[in-house]
Amino acid sequence: MKLRGTAHKYGSNVDTDAIIPARYLNVSDAQELAKHCMEDIDTGFVRRVKPGDIIVAEANFGCGSSREHAPVAIKASGISCVVAGSFARIFFRNAINIGLPLLECPEAAAGCSTGDIIEVDLTSGEITNVTTGKKYRASPYPEFLLDIIKSGGLVSQTKKKLARAR
Amino acid sequence: MNLTEKILAAHCGRKSVTPGEFINVKVDLILANDITAPLAIKEFRNLGTKSVFDPQRVVMVPDHFAPNKDIPSAEQCKLMREFALEQLLVYFEVGRAGIEHVLLPEQGLVVPGDVVVGADSHTCTYGALSAFATGMGSTDIAVAMATGEIWMKVPAAIQFVYSGKLRPWVGGKDLILHTIGRIGVDGALYASMEFTGEAISELSMDGRFTMANMAIEAGGKAGLFRADKKTLEYVKDRAKRPYKVFDPDPDARYSQTIELDVSNLEPQVAFPSLPSKVKPVSQAGTVGLDQVVIGSCTNGRLEDLRVAAQVLNGKKVHPRLRCIVLPGTQTVYRQAMHEGIIERFIEAGAAVSTPTCGPCLGGYMGILAAGERCLSTTNRNFVGRMGSTKSEVYLAGPAVAAASAVAGRIASPQEVAG
Repeated sequence: MKLRGTAHKYGSNVDTDAIIPARYLNVSDAQELAKHCMEDIDTGFVRRVKPGDIIVAEANFGCGSSREHAPVAIKASGISCVVAGSFARIFFRNAINIGLPLLECPEAAAGCSTGDIIEVDLTSGEITNVTTGKKYRASPYPEFLLDIIKSGGLVSQTKKKLARAR
Repeated sequence: MNLTEKILAAHCGRKSVTPGEFINVKVDLILANDITAPLAIKEFRNLGTKSVFDPQRVVMVPDHFAPNKDIPSAEQCKLMREFALEQLLVYFEVGRAGIEHVLLPEQGLVVPGDVVVGADSHTCTYGALSAFATGMGSTDIAVAMATGEIWMKVPAAIQFVYSGKLRPWVGGKDLILHTIGRIGVDGALYASMEFTGEAISELSMDGRFTMANMAIEAGGKAGLFRADKKTLEYVKDRAKRPYKVFDPDPDARYSQTIELDVSNLEPQVAFPSLPSKVKPVSQAGTVGLDQVVIGSCTNGRLEDLRVAAQVLNGKKVHPRLRCIVLPGTQTVYRQAMHEGIIERFIEAGAAVSTPTCGPCLGGYMGILAAGERCLSTTNRNFVGRMGSTKSEVYLAGPAVAAASAVAGRIASPQEVAG
């Protein structure tokens, strides 16, 4: 599966309070959350983001709180995929579980700026910075996680398992 | 095997596990709160399962925006309450509840050797009881509620060995801030942290809860202690279930062993805007403050309040500063009342609140305006964490917090209390 979009680039340690501040966590609706996505580090994000765009960040993206509202807000804002040097582990699980693709690739993160056009092949893990012409390779998903992704997230996978058990 | 591997192997029916393996783990306890439960309940309904796998092993606590801070929060608490009643879950109502990670150990709901998953990143707090406890998202918790199991990747374990005797006014918060300062906010990413050594044996249970609580601030999946006399004493009259103590093998493997001599360690302060930007209090310089918060799942236990009251010792909160104290649970509150601690806070000019997570995550009960500075015994000092993105949060233990409340600037307990 191939994705193509404009990059929104951030640094290291983008925490979940920056992705969706806790003051908006009194609701769980994805579209409501998306209105405030990235608000505390990038007030213009919501205005600029277009469907299919890609967030690119350096190390430890999504650190802090376990709030699933963070990947939910990113996904609902139209972002198709996040490429980062590394991900905080709860954010990583949450994103996989809800079907927001993530790719871990420090080189791609370092070689990308806001506004670059990025192409991502989720199957091969190949990341192309169309603007600079450089290609990168993210580490592939282990089989175990690939199964969750292919099933359409953890809930769909569990549903299938429960149905088989019955 | 190390402690992490021992507990996980026992919970997936295997003789051994190795780091990097994906396993399905049977969970002993599941937790959600008023922020994360609504999403978990929605996903649970999506699964089409009628009832949770075992209602006695699912706990829900209204604590983040409870007592309800506004109408949307009231709706979220209501949704959680109705689900908890429908499913006959373990549920603590406002007035009988408190901050989840102070409450669950206090109520004996977590015991040594457990695997606990919670839809809250500070679920790692229970590592103090020698449980493997880790935070997850709402979807994970929905699946765990339905099946009693969840997938995990066996983490590598990093061993932290603390040698030396702690100086006065130095506690668990200082040990963990110092550790995060040393390894960074992703220094234990995807790994579990196992804390050991002479200084740990001497550390109180409340100090251990504080340390385990902030494992996540180093990116850790869990922060574990071996069960010792203090642990067993703590659970003796509390444990609601039988338990099994696991010990690491003598030849246990760790991805890394980090030795820290803490005999000269000073009280620590984390500067904005990362918990790793740590300095000893003597090097803090002159940092004027508008607010001090004492409480939270990190430092809202009885020992924390005792230490803060001891530093205050009849002195007054600085006239230009607000000091807000939040006991972690109703039991902590009540015991602090019996000991005269609450009265001392009020006499000093501090505001004492009912238990809530409120100010820690910028919810309510102490939000910061632009340009304001707060020193807090909580766990995160990210940009905008406690209010305006133009405010600043400094993290420290209760002794520094109380001293700073008196001085009106970041101050060492030695300076204020001698």
